[in-house]
Amino acid sequence: MSKILVIAEHLDGKLNPSTARAVSAAAAVKPEAIDVLVLADSADTLAAEAAKIEGVSRVLTATRAENAHALAAVMAPQVAKAAAGYSHVFVPSTTFGKDLAPRVAALLGVAQVSDVMAVEGSHTFKRPIYAGNAIVTVEADPAQTVVATIRTASWSAASNGANSAPIEASNIDVALPSHTRFVELKQGKSDRPDLQSASKVVSGGRGVGSKENFEIVYKFADKIGAAVGASRAAVDAGYVPNEMQVGQTGKIIAPELYMAIGISGAIQHLTGIKDAGTIVAINKDAEAPIFEVADIGLVGDLFKIIPELEAALA
Amino acid sequence: MKILVGYKRVVDYNVRIQVKPDGSGVVTEGVKLSANPFDDIALEEALRLREKGVAEEVVIVGIGPADLTAHLRNGLAMGANRAIHVTTAEAVQPLTAARVFLKLVEKEQPGLVILGKQAIDDDANQTGQMLAALWDRPQATFASKVEIADGKVTVTREIDAGLETIEADLPAVITTDLRLNEPRFIKLPDIMKAKSKPIDTIEFGSLGVEAGDHLKTTHYAAPPKRSRGVMVKDAAELVATLKQKGLL
Repeated sequence: MSKILVIAEHLDGKLNPSTARAVSAAAAVKPEAIDVLVLADSADTLAAEAAKIEGVSRVLTATRAENAHALAAVMAPQVAKAAAGYSHVFVPSTTFGKDLAPRVAALLGVAQVSDVMAVEGSHTFKRPIYAGNAIVTVEADPAQTVVATIRTASWSAASNGANSAPIEASNIDVALPSHTRFVELKQGKSDRPDLQSASKVVSGGRGVGSKENFEIVYKFADKIGAAVGASRAAVDAGYVPNEMQVGQTGKIIAPELYMAIGISGAIQHLTGIKDAGTIVAINKDAEAPIFEVADIGLVGDLFKIIPELEAALA
Repeated sequence: MKILVGYKRVVDYNVRIQVKPDGSGVVTEGVKLSANPFDDIALEEALRLREKGVAEEVVIVGIGPADLTAHLRNGLAMGANRAIHVTTAEAVQPLTAARVFLKLVEKEQPGLVILGKQAIDDDANQTGQMLAALWDRPQATFASKVEIADGKVTVTREIDAGLETIEADLPAVITTDLRLNEPRFIKLPDIMKAKSKPIDTIEFGSLGVEAGDHLKTTHYAAPPKRSRGVMVKDAAELVATLKQKGLL
């Protein structure tokens, strides 16, 4: 039987929704137990939050001053040690999980399954390759621990509230390296919904033209309560910070509504939005590739159309 | 200091990949192959560190079949001092690649290893982290800025929450993100010069790396196609359509 250890992702004392998405993927394996491991310098609030996630059997905490920041070199030996007795270790496929999970897998001497988008069996998974242009079915060796990262856009978050899993302090006695040190984190401050969990996303591309012009995109997004994203071209041109980038090399998202404004639709951008519910494209070039994937398209000048959209919503 | 750079050959990023109808793989025959874009960025960063006087030698490493030589010549033409070609006809998964790199690290004693953050064919994003774990050294993944001084490397990393800066002791493993640099173009005289640069060929079997390919790919499929959309004529119709779908 399977027992799965899910590694919690958190920042600023809050659990990242990616954790509950990884729990959903774990539930799809139909395991005997799903335990969540919280590594932090202060884990109580986080553990209480994780204990409410539906399907979680137990929450384990590893509280150490060294866990104040998510350094893979520091966390990996603890996770590898905690993995004993588990058939699977699941980590969200965010920058946190992509950094940590392979280090854990290598310490355990096992292969890793990256970006699990579907569970076909306890050791059989589907994952995208070639920027999502092919989907492969892979089989992991049942004799080994499965270390996998979970593609968050493919899984909805396990519901939160009804559960009350027991919380236990785990005693992971392992020496930690001091060769890697946290210096600082510069966060793009935003009151808007989080790009990766928002149900609506409005993205701007090179067609928006400038950093100043991006205000029109922000204003419209705020009007409909959407998160704001951007294409790589808009990020490279300096219109917006890089954490707003949607695509193969940025964030992969799956909102109910995705509005691409002034985005041509390069393959690497489309990879990031393939799982969106409804894709709307607004572009002045009727031949732009974005129209090939859009559910609803509108050809025209965005600087004329956005004010009209706002007027129509009023 | 010596820098080792991973230099993988992949299907060119502009190629729209086709899945074989029988689900046995993707079509790679006759398809244009190029350096993995993240590896070009890795090589560029190593060359810049050499130009700054931080490193003396840049060595590129490729793992693959005999005809990989031409690909390695491109890296030499870009400016690498020499190349190591680990020959194998088999496709190599990240854990095995990391074990190969560890053997080369033991032999070459580099001060820094720079790899791309992921290869655009398997999209695994694992090899650098695995090497750092096996080598028991620091890792700085998704690097967008690298500074080296006093035996330490300071790296700005592109993470979901923003830009994180970490400091690590050398030797270390860095994996490159897209915004780290703009790789240089290869000039014709450099292609000529590259012909005389050394390529060490090492047979995979002679490295004593344990076979570690435990993931079996059983089927390839094309991604589900989105159904053809509709065009609307103006903003009012767009809002009406979205309201009808309950999205606004």
